[in-house]
Amino acid sequence: MEIRWYIGLAVALFSIGVMGVLTRRNAIIVFMCIELMLNAVNLLLVAFSKMHALSPVGLTNPSVVSNAQIFVFFIMVVAAAEVAVGLAIIVMMYRNTHVVDINFLNRLKN
Amino acid sequence: MDNVLQMVWLIPFLPLIGFLINGLGRNSLSKRMSGIIGSGVILFSFLLSLYVFFNVKGGNSHLAHYFNLIDINSFTIGFDFQIDALSSLFLLIITGVGFLIHVYSTAYMHEEDGKDYAKYFAYLNLFVFSMLLLVMGGNYVILFIGWEGVGLCSYLLIGYWFKNVNYTNAAKKAFVMNRIGDLGFLLAVFWLLSKLGTTNFADVFANLSKLSATDITGITLLLFVGATGKSAQIPLFTWLPDAMAGPTPVSALIHAATMVTAGIYMIARSNVLYNLAPLTQQIIMWVGLATALLAATIALKQNDIKKVLAYSTVSQLGFMFLALGTGNYIAAVFHVMTHAFFKALLFLGSGSVIHGMHHEQDINNMGGLKSKMKITYITFFIGCLAIAGIPPLSGFFSKDSILIGAFEHNKVVYAIALFTACLTAFYMFRLLFITFNGKFRGTEKQWNHLHESPSAMTIPLIILAVLSAIAGFVNIPALFGGSESLTHFLSPVIQQTHQTTLSHTTEYMLMGGAVVLILAVILWAYIKFKNYEPKEETSAFGKTLENKWYVDELYNSILVKPLQAIAAFFNTIVEKKGIDGVVNGVGKAVNYGSRQIRLLQSGQIGNYVLLMVLGILVLFIIQLFF
Amino acid sequence: MNPQDVWITFPELLVWFPLLAGLVCFLFKDNSKVKSWVLLASIITLCISFASLYFSDDVKYLALNKASYTLKYMNNANFILGLDGMGRLLTLLTACAFPIIFVATYNTPYKRAKNFYGLMLLAQSGLMGVFTAMDAMSFYFFWELALIPVYFLSSQWGGERRIQATFKFFVYTFAGSLLMLIGIIYVYLHTININGNGHSFALYAFAGVRLEPSEQNWLFWLFFIAFAIKMPIFPFHTWQPDAYEQSPTATTMVLSGIMVKMGLFACLRWLLPIFPQATIKFDTIIIGLSVIGMLYASIIALKQDDLKRLVAYSSIAHIGLMCAGIFTKTEVGLQGVMLQMFCHGINIIGLWIVIELIERQTGVRKLSQLGGVAHKAPVLTILLVVIALANIALPLTNAFVGEFMLFNGLFAFNKWYAAAAGISIVLAAVYTLNMIQKVFYGEENSITTIIKEIALHEKIILSVVVVLIFLMGVYPQPMINLTKGTVEALMLKFN
Repeated sequence: MEIRWYIGLAVALFSIGVMGVLTRRNAIIVFMCIELMLNAVNLLLVAFSKMHALSPVGLTNPSVVSNAQIFVFFIMVVAAAEVAVGLAIIVMMYRNTHVVDINFLNRLKN
Repeated sequence: MDNVLQMVWLIPFLPLIGFLINGLGRNSLSKRMSGIIGSGVILFSFLLSLYVFFNVKGGNSHLAHYFNLIDINSFTIGFDFQIDALSSLFLLIITGVGFLIHVYSTAYMHEEDGKDYAKYFAYLNLFVFSMLLLVMGGNYVILFIGWEGVGLCSYLLIGYWFKNVNYTNAAKKAFVMNRIGDLGFLLAVFWLLSKLGTTNFADVFANLSKLSATDITGITLLLFVGATGKSAQIPLFTWLPDAMAGPTPVSALIHAATMVTAGIYMIARSNVLYNLAPLTQQIIMWVGLATALLAATIALKQNDIKKVLAYSTVSQLGFMFLALGTGNYIAAVFHVMTHAFFKALLFLGSGSVIHGMHHEQDINNMGGLKSKMKITYITFFIGCLAIAGIPPLSGFFSKDSILIGAFEHNKVVYAIALFTACLTAFYMFRLLFITFNGKFRGTEKQWNHLHESPSAMTIPLIILAVLSAIAGFVNIPALFGGSESLTHFLSPVIQQTHQTTLSHTTEYMLMGGAVVLILAVILWAYIKFKNYEPKEETSAFGKTLENKWYVDELYNSILVKPLQAIAAFFNTIVEKKGIDGVVNGVGKAVNYGSRQIRLLQSGQIGNYVLLMVLGILVLFIIQLFF
Repeated sequence: MNPQDVWITFPELLVWFPLLAGLVCFLFKDNSKVKSWVLLASIITLCISFASLYFSDDVKYLALNKASYTLKYMNNANFILGLDGMGRLLTLLTACAFPIIFVATYNTPYKRAKNFYGLMLLAQSGLMGVFTAMDAMSFYFFWELALIPVYFLSSQWGGERRIQATFKFFVYTFAGSLLMLIGIIYVYLHTININGNGHSFALYAFAGVRLEPSEQNWLFWLFFIAFAIKMPIFPFHTWQPDAYEQSPTATTMVLSGIMVKMGLFACLRWLLPIFPQATIKFDTIIIGLSVIGMLYASIIALKQDDLKRLVAYSSIAHIGLMCAGIFTKTEVGLQGVMLQMFCHGINIIGLWIVIELIERQTGVRKLSQLGGVAHKAPVLTILLVVIALANIALPLTNAFVGEFMLFNGLFAFNKWYAAAAGISIVLAAVYTLNMIQKVFYGEENSITTIIKEIALHEKIILSVVVVLIFLMGVYPQPMINLTKGTVEALMLKFN
């Protein structure tokens, strides 16, 4: 398959994520949208990596190919950690205020 | 000459000592002691001056250098004294008249309590010190030190009764007007220094060829500005009448006999310079003439005994400047001398009247005083005759030599000067008749109190009257077979440009005409004022004269008020709103800006993310298209 | 005398002794003893300063007058202190001023006195440092060190609007200092790299730096604005009346007597030698500003009702004249500035003392509310009149000689400038005499009836000021000789 389809899909996912973050106020949905953006990037990384593997550069120097895929793993690990911390914060927030609206808590003070 | 050289410094030093003793010991000295110290030091200075005077005959002059005031690579200003004919003559006038006035003051000021009495003598001694510095200075800077010093003493003495706001205002006015003149003087000194690198009289006069015509005109004009301040000429004359707020002996010493003649001394001293500046001489002549006339007209209508004398002083000073402007320096110096005698006499006489009348100065409340104050009346009469120029009293000779000089210079000037001389006679005799003749117009209590002054006051009056009568004989013109001793005495120092070329017949005619005219004026004044009754001034012209041509009001509206307005404008608008506004504005702008930018930090995550995305997009677009 | 024989030099003593003495103040438990301690310390500093006069900058005493430490943290930032004629003059002024201030304010109660006096001595140390620094980095360091204690003094012990006034003063001068710092770094990077030792902050390296005319032009302004704010000259002066008015009088004396001299001093020490061409290029502008400032400040002084503000504006006028004198670049002008820096310091401190004495007794500084003090306190009046007359440069007072030379230099530069500036002499007479009249003459009123004659130590200290005024007015030559060498060295740059 041509690379542009992957790019298109990734851009679409990323845009959905961005729009979600910008428009929604529910913290959990915002959170999911962030995950969506991360995964769009992951998808792109994997797709480019695969594309490179077939190019002359990739054939002569295989380590270039694996770099991007290692990054994907990093991102997945970071995302998992983020989910763990982030969800915990959201849960604590819900317990304290019974809201998960991000605009409700706009003061760092008090 | 060497013996003179060693002691001249004592002449100003003695009054300084007197000042220090009286000033520092004013709490412990008795009145008698401070009077003795104050007068004694001046007496010693006078004796020394006499000694110096007889030693400088025959054109001897010498320079005493003590130490350097300023010594840098560009120039050196020494603390030098120069003793020659001119300065020794002034030394005599200052210490001689000064001594008499000190003696007179011991009686005149007896009502003051001990502290103020000592303070008075301290100031008076300080004044004599400054004045001596002025005439002894060997360069323009030392002259200037004395010049400002006498201004300061005049300020202190005019404001001697400092509780009275009017008096302190007069003192302030005198100092400030003098300062305006001093600025001119200083600029002239700077000009000399920048062109010649020296201010020593001898060096300056020896190097005049290095100066261009513009330089000389500029310097002489600026020096003259200084002289107009100190010697009360147009436009800076209005302080002198106000200066009458001081004690009367002060008016006699400072504002008649000595300080105000400093300008004449300075110009006579710089005669070599002025001879090269015909334009300046013209200006001096016209200013002097205009001042003489203006002040004489004002004096016609004044009712304060001291104010009349003050305007008469301004007018006489105008005559002296007229003489200076015609290159007739010796006549000016001669008139300084005779004027010192008769004007001191008149002022002290008026002081005697004021003393007798218990501080009454309005002549409308006097009259018929001659019966109770014989000596004062006679001496005052002699003074009036002298100032009017009746032969053979001193004023006749000195004024005549000025008038002759004016006649040869310009007939119109002569005519105006002669007219002014007639006015002089008129207002002086008006004063005399109103005060001493007719019947008494004051209260009965004043009349009963009225008495002749004590001998400490009358003896100086008598001495001055004798001097006023005979001082003219020191310079009898060749016309009368005289030897013109003063002219010969001063000739080594003064390059007289004016030389009489008139035939004796013309001179006789001029003199005789003038004397007849003046006698007629005196007669007229006698008829008009022998039985004077005070009345309200009705004519507009008379009112203008009474109000001194509204000169004070004019200065007030064209100088003082605008200056105050500008000051208020600068203070409230330019300073607070303008400059400080800009400075504070920078602070306020930062404050305002930060308050606005702070709004971006709304705490809304959505906003942050939106801005972030927009930022990324902008970067993206820049990356793609630029 | 060999350098190795010297274990401490005069500049070091002058800087470190007040610093240590000031730090000791903070350790005092008892607030009352600290007064005697600071008085003692300041008198010792004065003695050191007198001693340094004896050891002139003759070659054989050179080792006593120069100190140099190497700082490890920064390459080539040597810490160089030294005394030349001008430095000796100004350190003497600083050393003289502090005992006078301490005696004059001996009866003034200050809260937390140990902190107050400690900070005063720290300020003295900073000032000494500025006047002895021979290295741009140490100069900058002391320049700021002198400012900071004064900021605390004013903001802690000042009047009602002290926070606002001192904040403005601090930020204003600090902004100027930062401009100067930029300039210092730029010049540093352009100093000649001698035998591969790298650049140098030393004064001689700065003075030898070769800069393009265009570089000189903008660097000149970076430095000059910093100095102009400090002096201050028109139109950078607006912090000054507020700061003077709001500071405690002892601090105002330091500010006006010594700190404003820092700006003038810095022009002479750093600006003229480093940027001679730019100095020549901009002299007309700066002298013009100075002359405008003189007239402007004198006119505004006519309208002031507060004694402190009046003296502040009069000071701006005098500083304007001194600044103009610097930029005339004539021998007489520079010599006049040197002398006048000292004289103005003494005179204005004298004026502040009188104001302080009046304010302490009546609690009032307004001309319109005072009057008739001359009856109640004749000695105070006489002393004030002498000081005020020195302020308007009457002959035989010290300021006359200085102003005479300054005007002379200005006249040599341009007649018309001198004539315009001369008008301020007349205006000075007007506002000074007005002040004397309003405060001392006339009838006493309900406020001034409580005034008593001043105490003995106050009489003595004012008499010292008055004697100094006359001594330097009649025989100023020793002062002139002191700075002759500095002036000649400066003149070499312009011939």
